[in-house]
Amino acid sequence: MNYDIVVIGGGPAGLAAAIEAKENGVDNILVIERDRELGGILQQCIHNGFGLHVFKEELTGPEYAERFIEKLKEQGIEFKLDTMVLDINQEKVVTAVNTVDGLLHINAGAVVLAMGCRERTRGAINIPGTRASGVFSAGTAQRFVNMEGYMVGKEVVILGSGDIGLIMARRMTLEGAKVHAVVELMPFSGGLTRNIVQCLDDYNIPLLLSHTVVDVKGKDRVEEVVIAKVDDRRRPIPGTEQTFSCDTLLLSVGLIPENELSKSAGIKLDPITGGPVVNESMETSIEGVFACGNVVHVHDLVDWVTEESRRAGKYAARFVQKQLVVSKKPMETKGENGVRYIVPHKVQIENITDKLTLMLRVDNVYHNAKLVIKDGDKVIKSVKKRHLAPGEMETINLPAKDLANFEGNDIIVSLQLEEE
Amino acid sequence: MMKQDMVCIACPMGCKMEVSTIENGKTSYNVSGNKCPRGEQYAVKEMTNPTRMITSTVRLKNGHLARLPVRTSDAIPKDKIFDCMKTLDEVQVSSPVKAGEVIIEKLMGLDINIIATRSM
Repeated sequence: MNYDIVVIGGGPAGLAAAIEAKENGVDNILVIERDRELGGILQQCIHNGFGLHVFKEELTGPEYAERFIEKLKEQGIEFKLDTMVLDINQEKVVTAVNTVDGLLHINAGAVVLAMGCRERTRGAINIPGTRASGVFSAGTAQRFVNMEGYMVGKEVVILGSGDIGLIMARRMTLEGAKVHAVVELMPFSGGLTRNIVQCLDDYNIPLLLSHTVVDVKGKDRVEEVVIAKVDDRRRPIPGTEQTFSCDTLLLSVGLIPENELSKSAGIKLDPITGGPVVNESMETSIEGVFACGNVVHVHDLVDWVTEESRRAGKYAARFVQKQLVVSKKPMETKGENGVRYIVPHKVQIENITDKLTLMLRVDNVYHNAKLVIKDGDKVIKSVKKRHLAPGEMETINLPAKDLANFEGNDIIVSLQLEEE
Repeated sequence: MMKQDMVCIACPMGCKMEVSTIENGKTSYNVSGNKCPRGEQYAVKEMTNPTRMITSTVRLKNGHLARLPVRTSDAIPKDKIFDCMKTLDEVQVSSPVKAGEVIIEKLMGLDINIIATRSM
């Protein structure tokens, strides 16, 4: 079996990449999805707020997904559902399995990795206590409630104030549960501000910052969750314990790019993002293997995933058409003074036709700051920011003409606090 | 004059705004900190008649899943949210359904419909 481009994952990233590749002149594309339908996690995100950047209107997750699914079908792009990719190798042979075709070996001209991310579990953060039932990751609970039609509990405590945790606090409340509190280890929320307002404040759900879960009690089902305040080194402070009588603990404690396939293929990963090291074309360390969406770094808005994935699709098409330039000495991006990471990691300016988009995150909450883009010591551009937070991804666009004048090897983004 | 801090939820930007209420014969509002006109609109609305979009699910028969996601066609008054949820509890639809199809017309006598948000 031979395809010009094989896209692994039929969520928003994979759909956008496949459609964009098709629109850039590649016809022979296959999308592989392990679920029984396309759309990925968007199908369980029934809340609204998607699409404001891409469509200039406010859509729910399934509505956003459906637009891309319809487009994919209109364009006649092939896809396989219920199909699990087992392996990809350096020669771009994709091995997959399903119940119709059995074991498949697919030769790909280019591969686009769009596997998304997965949730951190209780085990990943070592929550003490009994292993009673009633502890769910927030996303799993979301799938149960919104798609399968099961209510996961009635008296709820949520650990982690990431967007999924906040949205589930509202969702559980609307479905008749009592959410006692959203507990956050850090001194600030990891979610978007708008979600704190419309998911917690609207329903008077307390957000307890600098707190964590120190015990889970209960034999068969969760009966009590004990929380405590933490000090500035995030250690629980004895004597500050509070006990909630509840039957459910939801965990929204972070997402990890799903890179098992990337690892076995020998793709170089960035320890900070957990995703592949990519260049301006979203190409990984293996030539012709591209990556986009939450598999690269966890995004806060699907709109950004779409934008990034279109880039991956466009450049994958150029690769297949042999139009992608390989630079002998790509520039590297570097974050300084609180800029935690930047995607892409490498830039070959030869491939940039209009602009370079840098996506980045900071390591703390900052007010009245500037993101300064530097070529060595020379300032190329400076962007004022009234508010920066780790939960909110920042995007900086650099026009191609600014890049042409770069003299050094690095594109440096530095955070500078403005003096009051 | 009264000042109130507010976070705009019109879009994911989450602009931090300040709303000052000016009582000068009649009440008016001065909004600052918003990066687009929707922020001002939201702030004034939030002070006078707060509304929210409601997204939820209804029971689905003969579909490959048990629930059909739905939403209100427009934002409803904040104090009607739980009545809306109660109304949705009573509803069961049967597959096939198209995205955008009206599931409940004139929800609670309002000029608002409940519509399906996916085809199933």
